[in-house]
Amino acid sequence: MAKLILSMDGLILKEYTLAKERTTIGRKPHNDIQIDNLAVSGEHAVVVSILNDSFLEDLGSTNGTLVNGQQIKKHFLQNNDVIELGKYKLKYLHEQTGQAKAADFEKTMVLRPGAMKAMQPPAAGPAAAAAHPPGTPPAAAHAPGAAPAARSFGDTQVNQGALASAAAAASPAPAAAAPAAAPKPAAAALRVGVLRILTGGNAGKQLELVKPLTTLGKPGVQVAVITRRPQGYFITHVEGAHFPVLNGKVLDAQAHALADHDTIELAGVKMEFYFKT
Amino acid sequence: MNLEQALQIVSETDQGMVRSHNEDSVASDASRGLVVLADGMGGYNAGEVASGMATTVIVTEMQRVLDQQVSFEADPQTGKSVAQKLLRDHITKANTSIYQASQSQPQYSGMGTTLVVALFHDNKMTVAHIGDSRLYRMRGEELKQITKDHSLLQEQIDSGLITPEQAKLSANKNLVTRALGIDPAVEPEIHDYDTIPGDIYLLCSDGLCDMVSDEDIRMALQMLGANLKLCAQQLVQMANDNGGRDNVSVILIRVVRDYAAPSGILTKVFGWLK
Repeated sequence: MAKLILSMDGLILKEYTLAKERTTIGRKPHNDIQIDNLAVSGEHAVVVSILNDSFLEDLGSTNGTLVNGQQIKKHFLQNNDVIELGKYKLKYLHEQTGQAKAADFEKTMVLRPGAMKAMQPPAAGPAAAAAHPPGTPPAAAHAPGAAPAARSFGDTQVNQGALASAAAAASPAPAAAAPAAAPKPAAAALRVGVLRILTGGNAGKQLELVKPLTTLGKPGVQVAVITRRPQGYFITHVEGAHFPVLNGKVLDAQAHALADHDTIELAGVKMEFYFKT
Repeated sequence: MNLEQALQIVSETDQGMVRSHNEDSVASDASRGLVVLADGMGGYNAGEVASGMATTVIVTEMQRVLDQQVSFEADPQTGKSVAQKLLRDHITKANTSIYQASQSQPQYSGMGTTLVVALFHDNKMTVAHIGDSRLYRMRGEELKQITKDHSLLQEQIDSGLITPEQAKLSANKNLVTRALGIDPAVEPEIHDYDTIPGDIYLLCSDGLCDMVSDEDIRMALQMLGANLKLCAQQLVQMANDNGGRDNVSVILIRVVRDYAAPSGILTKVFGWLK
């Protein structure tokens, strides 16, 4: 069950539970949350609740309503949002209750007509929003510190084409590097991998591997994919009669972890994988 | 024309990283161009029972009917597609089975399942769905969600109460407004679509689309479409890497070539006379 904590100048005044579909806020006594202050309008704002979601709406108040410092007309409330009316603050809290087990998170449930009216917190129902909302793909974990540019996928394709059309001399000396060791997961998750092309017409070009998937090679001839996972980077054969060569060894159909300074050979082009420092 | 030569089908289903059971169920019959995906719900293991019944009943019954060499041309009286009627009838059968089972045992009470069924015939795809499991189409570089969720959030979006961006943050996720097996009668949503060689279709449970963004799904289909098995494994892996909070299932179908139904001589004659 969501609640609002009213405070002023850091002093907590009262706690309100959002049990009704509409919780009104204002100076007049009929409001559910009455704030007796001239800076607050008679009917200042309202919180509308639909099952586990709450929306704040300003009712055309004289001085306006702020959420986390921004003036709003209508706002979809998230856990820990701070609403400001004049000098008063209302903190919105909506945490997973102790009873809801982790396994019930994300469970699909059927909504029956009439269920909307009963605003009971379900005993073991869909979990309330936790500190970070469920279902939001953790983009931060996937690409920390690197803003995936909208066109970087397109760049990958261009690079693929460039690699394929590079007139490659097909016999580089196999690298005498040690077999790839599995990268330490914690460190690897934060590091950005980079591919540097070593041979052919695109020698010297570099590609930062910020996306979850980057394909290399020539579609229809030989393609491999480098996947970026929490555990690190992996290379997997996608299509083609020939498999990619990693540090001089021909790979099989399985995914293989990539380590700092590994060399990859694909479609006649040699490249180096390393972690950006 | 053997459909197996025209369609490449792969499926993957995974328990995910959090759940103790897999209550999703997938089934496919490439030779008959039929795929089914179901995401079960209910206490104990009832979800597993409901989704398993849904896929078994529909596949078994459809196989029997399709073996009788049914023509899929439109019924001249109603103008409606025969394929649609077949799916509707068999979904009703599955619904009755699940509903009756739920009434017969206390631990199955209230169990139900979402459903997505696709039947490929004559360069067309007939899709029936109930709930929030989805069917997407990848055509060229564009990924399009073909089925519309039967969910509270979708209804709120449709009536303008919330935006799709707000829906992503909502705590009311995973509340479906329709399901198979929870009522004596069921209303699936059924449509026909044309298919083009090169199309890739993705059926998935919400364990995928809740954990992986549409853009990442699109990227996986585009980059790995040449290796459907790897693509399916990659989608499941991405869902698990992002938390895997639910069971995740995918079925991928690639239309390799034309699969027009041979039309009889009489149909051709009537066609000229129209």
